[in-house]
Amino acid sequence: MKKIIITVVGKDAVGILAKTCTYLAKENINILDISQTVTGGFFNMMMIVDAAKYKKTFDKLGAELAKLGTGMGMRIRCQKSEIFEKMHRV
Amino acid sequence: MINISEVLETNRMILEENLDVRTITMGISLLDCADASVKKTCDKIYAKITRLAKDLVKTGDDIGREFGIPVVNKRVSITPAAIVGSACCKKPSDFVRIAKTLDRAAKKLGINFIGGYSAIVSKGMTPADELLIRSIPEAMAATERVCSSVNVGSTKTGIDMDAVRLMGEIVKETAAKTKSSIGCAKLVVLCNAPDDNPFMAGAFHGVSEADAVINVGVSGPGVVNHVLRHTCRGVGFETLCETIKKTAFKITRVGQLVAQEASKRLGVPFGIIDLSLAPTPAIGDSVADILREIGLDHPGAPGTTAALALLNDQVKKGGVMASSYVGGLSGAFIPVSEDQGMIDAVNAGALTIEKLEAMTCVCSVGLDMIAVPGSTSASTISGIIADEAAIGMVNQKTTAVRIIPVAGKKVGDSVEFGGLLGHAPVMKVSKFSCERMIARKGRIPAPIHSFKN
Repeated sequence: MKKIIITVVGKDAVGILAKTCTYLAKENINILDISQTVTGGFFNMMMIVDAAKYKKTFDKLGAELAKLGTGMGMRIRCQKSEIFEKMHRV
Repeated sequence: MINISEVLETNRMILEENLDVRTITMGISLLDCADASVKKTCDKIYAKITRLAKDLVKTGDDIGREFGIPVVNKRVSITPAAIVGSACCKKPSDFVRIAKTLDRAAKKLGINFIGGYSAIVSKGMTPADELLIRSIPEAMAATERVCSSVNVGSTKTGIDMDAVRLMGEIVKETAAKTKSSIGCAKLVVLCNAPDDNPFMAGAFHGVSEADAVINVGVSGPGVVNHVLRHTCRGVGFETLCETIKKTAFKITRVGQLVAQEASKRLGVPFGIIDLSLAPTPAIGDSVADILREIGLDHPGAPGTTAALALLNDQVKKGGVMASSYVGGLSGAFIPVSEDQGMIDAVNAGALTIEKLEAMTCVCSVGLDMIAVPGSTSASTISGIIADEAAIGMVNQKTTAVRIIPVAGKKVGDSVEFGGLLGHAPVMKVSKFSCERMIARKGRIPAPIHSFKN
């Protein structure tokens, strides 16, 4: 399993989650966990996904998600999960 | 399971607080490149560096993209060139040929600096050491990316005052030979230099090291500053220290991850993490700002040494827990030109060379990136080097001097080095002479507490 963390940050709007999930489904990426917060109209979402069946490169995923984000006026980043696990766990 | 607040915290550190991996430095032994011919030595050096480090830049960039953390610099450090060239270099210009080879290799690899144009002369100079030292001004003028360092003392050996005297002259000559005296920004004089330091200009691959290693330098003064600003105003020292320690832990963990990944992908063993807080001229990436957040108007105010001691110690305590191998310099860097807060403190009249010297007693390096008038004499520079070396020797720590006597500039002027090297106000130097002391020959004996056998 290739665990990747996707974060979506920006001004809240209709359909952010739907568009992101649609893209992930199309690319055969399985969502393991989603959490989100909206504070003061500002949208923060984090997804933990499994990209084991994703066929393209990591760079491609990053670029396509970033482009999808730009289209919605959001910033979407994808990062391998180890950076968070390492930083926040002893 | 990772939670959203942790993810957002990490990304805020990266995107807003300048958290980055400052350098992945590949240490490469060039001992097996020594040859009786200068040309053959240079050919072997070029071949070995470009072979071992050929994927260094790409690997650093890949790791940066995948984990979403900038890996700012990819660099190489080599066996001190004085050793590598000792069999073939018969005059300073022979060493300059090695410097040019290193520069060529750095450009081929796409790295911004290569360190190790160095001599380790803590107790005395071999003829090759002296030739290399005498070649430094020409080597700095003839190359762009080569960094040079000379270790003039250690706790075990004392201080080689002949080398200290010579280095005063070499620093002056280097300043005169290079534009904006920038050669001096790539030349550092050390005491107790570590073999595994990944940070320039003092990086070299010591003879105690394996054939090749990956050393990583992390950074993150902006992160520490942000946490203190938002959670530690008015709190007691216990909470303050605990907060710095926890933050240093988080920063270092990122370095450890990157180092392990780089080591695995490049097939080169992991050496150490250097858990230094290294500032850059970028706003918010400043060690001086942390000192101000601790409660000083400006670095240089009374209390500065204590605040820096506290900061340095907590960074080490948090960092040591986060990595299996810690080395290099590991602490807080206090360069002047590379830290906007330090520059502001100098311009405000709060920070002097003398106060910086006191600060170097408790931080991880020394007088770093300090511009002084071009008229400063060689013996005065030697005196400053000797003072720093003495602090290092007696306190069993690394100290260093990277001082730039800027040709044609006087106190109050400013000099621009560009990029990571920043810009610096020209600082006042004591007008009293130490010439008679520097003229003495020989070395200062090792201190009593070095005899531990």
